Formats: sequence, structure tokens, C-alpha cells
Amino acid sequence: MSILMVNEFADFNMLKELLSITDGNLASHAKALEKVAYIKVEKQFIGRKPNTRYSATSLGRLEFKKHIEALEQLIKSSE
Amino acid sequence: MVTSDYLNDIKEIKHLMNKSSRFISLSGLSGIMAGMYALIGAWFAQRELQKVYQLQSSNYESGHYTSSADVTINLLIIAAIVVVLAIVTGIILTQRKARKNGEKMLDTSAIKLLINFLIPLATGGIFALIILQKGLVGLIAPITLIFYGLACVNASKFTLGHVKYLGFATIILGLIATQYVGYGLYFWAVGFGIFHIIYGGLMYFLMERTSK
Repeated sequence: MSILMVNEFADFNMLKELLSITDGNLASHAKALEKVAYIKVEKQFIGRKPNTRYSATSLGRLEFKKHIEALEQLIKSSE
Repeated sequence: MVTSDYLNDIKEIKHLMNKSSRFISLSGLSGIMAGMYALIGAWFAQRELQKVYQLQSSNYESGHYTSSADVTINLLIIAAIVVVLAIVTGIILTQRKARKNGEKMLDTSAIKLLINFLIPLATGGIFALIILQKGLVGLIAPITLIFYGLACVNASKFTLGHVKYLGFATIILGLIATQYVGYGLYFWAVGFGIFHIIYGGLMYFLMERTSK
């Protein structure tokens, strides 16, 4: 989600490289996020190669911001 | 859960955001080198301009005739050499830094940086050539400074944010330079030379020294 917040979209390989995780790991996390409509998935072909692109939905952005705020609150309250 | 876990979470989020959108391997050293090339180039350019003054004041005495078109071409050549040297040095130094960080040099963020930097820069370059064609030679230096500054401000979103300030300084310098037509070369030397040396030096000492 962090990556999708500051990039309009990111494709599968870019996410895999940035997060240093396996194909399967990324796929299952992406599926979960897609299920709650936090991200949008676009599949297309670039030439003959399939390409999967992810972008954050407005719901996803909202929830992410709430998550950050919650983290900040927790940090502040335990200081 | 401990506070440090939450802090790590936020740090991780910020890190991912930066890594995916900003090119962090830009080397400050390249700024210093670019500044030096610019100063050296300005010195050569000054000598070219002297030739024009000598030409005008010596009339038929010297048999050596340098037309102003030659001077213009020489100046353009000097400018081109400075730019090429600066770019090549920048690439080499940045590649070294990227390897040290364990990052690939030409990744998504680097390309985004290049595109966003080059759009205002190319526009400015073309505009400057048009100005040259129109004969408004005195405005060339200010225009190149202004567009370069705009390019920096635009590019700052895709790399270390401080480039913005170099951009602002260059823009302001360019605007001031419009009022002192005739001293364009000096403004050029200050903007491309001294500003870059200062900026590159600051960046290098603030960021690259401390990580050693």
C-alpha cells in the first residue's frame, strides 16, 4: 500500500523487486487487498507478455491514511 | 506491542515510499564537478568573447579575422562540452553511489526523474536557441538559468528534495540577470558554476560523508 500511495500504479514485477518477496507471497497479499477493494487490478498484454498493474483505490487511500494516523497516535500515547 | 514496532512500521512505510518514487542515489559530488566544468567553460567562453572585442578595436591591424558567427559557434561548442562532461561525470558518480547502496541505477524512479528534469530543460534549450535566432543574445543566459532552475524544481519531487532550493536560486539569479544584459557570462558562471559547487558540496558532506 505504501508504494501505491505515492505511485499512480505499480506493476507486479516492480512491487516484487521493491518488497523483495516471492511471487506467491505478493500474489496472495495482493488478492487480499483486492478483496477488500483497497487496490484495483488491471491485467493487460504488453505485446505478447501478460502484465498486471496495481493501483490504490480511494477507499484504499483513505484506509491507509487512517492506518498511519492510528500508528502515530499509538506512538504519541506511549511516550 | 512496543512503540519501537510502530516506529519501525512508519519507517518502513516511508522507506518504501521513497524507494519507489525518489531516486536517492544522486551524488552530490557530481554537482561539484558540474560546477567546476561550468567555471572552466566560462573561462574559455570569456576568452572567446575577448576575441570579439579585440576584433572590434583592432580594425585592419591584425590579419586574423574572427567573425561573430565563429564566436557564437565556439561558445555553443564550449557550452555543449561542459554539459556533456557534467552529464557523463554525473552518471559515473551516481552509478558508483547506486552500487554502494545496492540499488540498480536505471530503475523506475531514475527514469521518472530524468523525464521530469528533461522536459523543462529541453523546452528551455529550444527556447534559448529560438532567442538566439531572433538575435536577443542578451537574454540567452538568463533564460537558460531560469529554465534550468524550473527543471530542478520539477525534478526535486523525484529525488532528494533539496534540489528544489538549487532550482529556486537559479531561477531568481536568472530573473535578476535579465536586468544586467551584457553580464550574462558572469551570471552563468555564478549560477552553473558556484551554485553547483556549493550545492554539491553541501549535499556531499551532509549525506554521503555521514554514511561512511
